[in-house]
Amino acid sequence: MPSLIDIRRRIRSVKNTQQITRAMKMVASARLRRAQERVINARPYARMANELLQDVVAAAGPELVEKLPLLAVRPERRVQLVLITADRGLAGAFNSNLIKAAQQFLAERAGQEIELELVGRKGRDFFVKRPVRISGETTGISQSAGQNEAEQIGHKLIERFTAGEADAVYLLYNEFKSVLSQRVTVKRILPVEMPAAGAGREYIFEQPPMRMLEKLLPEFIVLQVLEAFLESAAAEQAARMTAMDAATSNAGEVINKLTLYMNRVRQASITREIIEVVSGASALE
Amino acid sequence: MAGLLRLEVATPERMLLKENVRQAQVPAANGYLGILPEHAPLLAELGTGVLVYEMENGQKKWMTVIGGYVEVGPDRIRVLANRAESADEIDMARAQAALRRAEERILHPAPGVDIARALNAAERARARLEAAAHK
Repeated sequence: MPSLIDIRRRIRSVKNTQQITRAMKMVASARLRRAQERVINARPYARMANELLQDVVAAAGPELVEKLPLLAVRPERRVQLVLITADRGLAGAFNSNLIKAAQQFLAERAGQEIELELVGRKGRDFFVKRPVRISGETTGISQSAGQNEAEQIGHKLIERFTAGEADAVYLLYNEFKSVLSQRVTVKRILPVEMPAAGAGREYIFEQPPMRMLEKLLPEFIVLQVLEAFLESAAAEQAARMTAMDAATSNAGEVINKLTLYMNRVRQASITREIIEVVSGASALE
Repeated sequence: MAGLLRLEVATPERMLLKENVRQAQVPAANGYLGILPEHAPLLAELGTGVLVYEMENGQKKWMTVIGGYVEVGPDRIRVLANRAESADEIDMARAQAALRRAEERILHPAPGVDIARALNAAERARARLEAAAHK
């Protein structure tokens, strides 16, 4: 039987852990609020850019649009997968779900040549030691990624697609559905799936619509990368918050159990002492 | 509202401005466009420059716009900028440093320096400084 002191020591250690998980939960919820704000702030632009794209497509004429290189559908022999994970762990199944999904993606497309573009330290650490083709890695940006980072990666993807180094580009990331749920999402961003032509208001075009489209499409792709970054950042904090909340309440349970056990041990030792005293006294009679 | 335009400026990261304005001057790729209410619908690429708008009370405001698109309707202007900063947000010291650095690169190009990039950087820095001068 462990001694009272041992049990007390264990309780103290669990309490310390609980304090850490509670603090981490609080930090995560504060950061979540900020990350959520960034997701929401990015929405008006995305909506307006979509409308703009539809108008320009309508003006350019859908037949012509289909000939744009970024829309070229080729048989998918070489595929680029962009895996967006977090830089840090302790976020529940956030990273492992992504990595599992990535492995499944690789397994399902065993006949194809797949190259990984890794964003986030966790995904990098996992795949760097494995026999997969890696086109590049970016770490340390999972919480701060903005337009600059999205442009860098977006342009690289476009270049690889137009150079024929990739026939299709997919993003794999956690979508922020709500604080309680994140969903692993696979999204094809190249070749671009054109939105249907809009109502086609009569605009005066400063530049020919086709030329505008050629510039607009890359920006549209960058926008999708940025959206994935922002969603992933919010989802990461939400996952960490839930995980740390669960850890805090688990620690509470362990503390309760240990306290109960400690009391029983103490009670037992008191009983034993009483028996000793009583039996000692009765031996003297 | 008669005589007013709804000016909306958004960047991929945030909505920067929603304001009723009397008029606006937009840095389009081919030169500045002055836009008053009842303008014909127009779509144009943006260049790098300063967006100036006059608010309802006649006060003028400045902001930097770097690349993107502008859509004009009869009663609204939508600016979808790649980057945009209002005059108060601009860090003058940083913009000045960027301008000096870019000019240095253009005047004394070291091997491997991309002149086009340096020219763009100089243009961006100048736009920022111009907007910031009207804080």
